[in-house]
Amino acid sequence: MNALLATVRRDLLLALRRKSEVLTAVFFFVIVTSLFPLGIGPEPVLLKKIAPGILWVAALLATLLGLPRLFAADHMDGTLEQMALSPSPLGLLVAGKILAHWLLCGLPLVLLAPVLGLQFDLDASALAVLTVALLLGTPLLSLIGAIGAALTLGVRGGGVLLALLVLPLYIPALIFGAGAVEAHIAGLGSGGHLSLLAAMLALAVFFAPWATTAALRVALE
Amino acid sequence: MRQSIIQWFRFASPQSFYPLAGRLIPWFWGAAAAFGIAGLWISFFVAPTDAQQGEGYRIIFVHVPASWMSMFIYLVMAFWAGLGLALNTRVSGMMAQALAPTGALMAALSLWTGALWGKPMWGAWWVWDARLTSELILFFLYLGFMALQAAIDDPRRADKAGAILALVGVVNIPIIYFSVKWWNTLHQGSTINLNKAPSMAQTMLWGMLMMALCFWMYSIAVALLRVRAIILERERHTEWVKHAVE
Repeated sequence: MNALLATVRRDLLLALRRKSEVLTAVFFFVIVTSLFPLGIGPEPVLLKKIAPGILWVAALLATLLGLPRLFAADHMDGTLEQMALSPSPLGLLVAGKILAHWLLCGLPLVLLAPVLGLQFDLDASALAVLTVALLLGTPLLSLIGAIGAALTLGVRGGGVLLALLVLPLYIPALIFGAGAVEAHIAGLGSGGHLSLLAAMLALAVFFAPWATTAALRVALE
Repeated sequence: MRQSIIQWFRFASPQSFYPLAGRLIPWFWGAAAAFGIAGLWISFFVAPTDAQQGEGYRIIFVHVPASWMSMFIYLVMAFWAGLGLALNTRVSGMMAQALAPTGALMAALSLWTGALWGKPMWGAWWVWDARLTSELILFFLYLGFMALQAAIDDPRRADKAGAILALVGVVNIPIIYFSVKWWNTLHQGSTINLNKAPSMAQTMLWGMLMMALCFWMYSIAVALLRVRAIILERERHTEWVKHAVE
């Protein structure tokens, strides 16, 4: 557990010394969501209807931006090999890296989403559901994305390839995440969607670090 | 029993699998042609015209087998990938790599014929129906697998990375399928319900069965043909390949 926390602290520290990288993804999220009203038109009824989907797709893409960096720098300077050789299990260290990635790339989106939701005229309870859904969903995105990041480590055209591998796997999170808000607005209640999202998160917390570790070992061979 | 296990593992070596595949391919081609001719004959001349859908329904004789194969091939691919990862056998990875393009072809064929069928029946090339959407996602998964394998130069690493991706994909397929299904029922976007298909005439069922067997045999033949090419390419430095090509 100490090893996990140490990895998280190290990654956070490294990221805070290069703030621009983290902020880029956050601004990307803000800009993409602002583009949709410009493209579609300023009708409040329509915008309110499509807001959950837009915010979720933007969050998906913003998470994707940070993924190639997850292991790349450590792979380049050999830190990753030291991690693989260290006495603490690699899976635990990988889990720490994923947690740090979520704190840097996922959590800011969760905190920003209610503000952006206001632009789309969502009411307070819908904003709460959106925030909870993103709180459950963004760690899921980080976990699934980490598998893709490990698989494309040091591969030609890794960034585009990563999107191709990971985006289809993101679809369930998108459906239930955006669906929770839509169901809430429609008066159906968001409990079912949020429960399913939480179930997928529980599955991913267990399996994703394991699969990521296997993929990293392949990349390190 | 013990004897038979040893026999199977013998073919895990590319050198002994190559001639076996070569011997099997003509049989599968033959079977594919026989089932194909029978299936096409039934589907064009024997099967009656559908009362509601007219002649257009005959597309399903290609569409349904292609959809089945696209889903089944992913499972087989994941099976070979898992086997390769667990036992570290070289031919397993090659099989997975050889199956992927055929699976993608089947998924594309299924989407294409589905669109051709949808236009006259539903009046739209594409509907965001649960099955169409999940078939499209399956197609994306195939593309991702092939793109990952193509991007990695070292074939052994490509095999292993592809295997992990295939296994992650196979775990995700049921999740994706059900999420798309529930998403579809929640939205109630289209009023078309594919699930309540009218009960089929016996001859139609036979035609579809024959076509499914034809697609099955074709897939095996093509996969074996491709795996032979992959074996030659990867083992080109060895002595036996030089003799085999001569």
